[in-house]
Amino acid sequence: METLIKNRISQVKKGDQNAFAEIVEIYKDKVYQLCYRMLGNRHEAEDIAQEAFIRAYVNIHSYDMNRKFATWLYRIATNLSIDRIRKKKPDFYLDAEVAGAEGLTLYSQVAADVELPEDQVESLELQATIQKEILKLPEKYRSAIVLKYIEELSLKEISEILELPIGTVKTRIHRGREALRHQLRHV
Amino acid sequence: MSCSTEVIQLMHKYLDEEITSEEESKLREHLNQCEECTQHFHELKKSIAFVQSTSHISAPSDFTMKVMQNLPKEKKVVRITRWLGSHPMITAASLFILLMTGSLFSVWEGNQEFSVSKQPNLVIENNTVIVPEGEVVKGDVLVRNGTLHIEGKVDGDVTVINGERYLAAAGEVSGEIKVIDEMFEWLWFQIKTTTKDALHLFDNDKNEAE
Repeated sequence: METLIKNRISQVKKGDQNAFAEIVEIYKDKVYQLCYRMLGNRHEAEDIAQEAFIRAYVNIHSYDMNRKFATWLYRIATNLSIDRIRKKKPDFYLDAEVAGAEGLTLYSQVAADVELPEDQVESLELQATIQKEILKLPEKYRSAIVLKYIEELSLKEISEILELPIGTVKTRIHRGREALRHQLRHV
Repeated sequence: MSCSTEVIQLMHKYLDEEITSEEESKLREHLNQCEECTQHFHELKKSIAFVQSTSHISAPSDFTMKVMQNLPKEKKVVRITRWLGSHPMITAASLFILLMTGSLFSVWEGNQEFSVSKQPNLVIENNTVIVPEGEVVKGDVLVRNGTLHIEGKVDGDVTVINGERYLAAAGEVSGEIKVIDEMFEWLWFQIKTTTKDALHLFDNDKNEAE
């Protein structure tokens, strides 16, 4: 797998755009997922994930082949997500939550054309609650928790992605866990 | 052992999978007798399980296509190389054209005489061709080894090979004007014309195929 990716990257470095499509295919779900968990909104997540791949392509020459490509790519995606959180524009999206109405999004105000089975609704509600609680975390804990428990990366990889010492990463994960414990204890 | 931050630290060490067996037995011992810490530990594990249970979502199906559309243009050389690789027939044809140009060198040798394209209203004096004032010459004008004076109007392209061209104030050319006086330029001109014809041929083929 890693060799295939390295091969494709050499081709991209030589300027072959089609080789990049394969790289996008391999990583698109992981990157999209990362952005979605960081931002909590599909439109923004798609925007930022797209941007991350374009930046990776443009800056491919600064990628060091001796390192893991995924780590480099996730770093771009994480940084872009954090930037977006910091200068969040007051845009309106259908799946953004309606102010003052817990768990209610604009989707629920648009007539639903499909009836969902009961248990599916329940699991969706739980999913939404968890996502909401992840979004409540301060961005520095959020990125550490998402990388650790959703992308399932090692502490070493997380420290490379966030460009922080492992000790700091640990502290952030510990604090993130404590915050989540507090938020999710009654669920 | 009191329910201090030390116990909490041990819990996190456990969750990071960095706990030593000694520390682990210490933690277990404490949890056995402290309900509050057991509850705390349970809540920590529960919230991790919750986060891990979030279903994995996939990128939209047109994701890759959108990325590729928004990439900056790639280097021409690579695109051409790849294109040649995937179109062997056309590559062979271009090679053929390249070899043909070799033979064009020899054609050049026998081409030192004055010649001009045939249009009825062109006036020829010695090695000078004149487009008379007030006249309209239809079609492309080609002059080889001679001078061209344009005083009237040419409805088409003008090409002068190995010669000179004078455009009078009243003269007018609707198409392109080209002056070729070097052998290599002439060769280039030949190649371009041949390629253009070849492309027309391909276009016609394509149109027919569609």
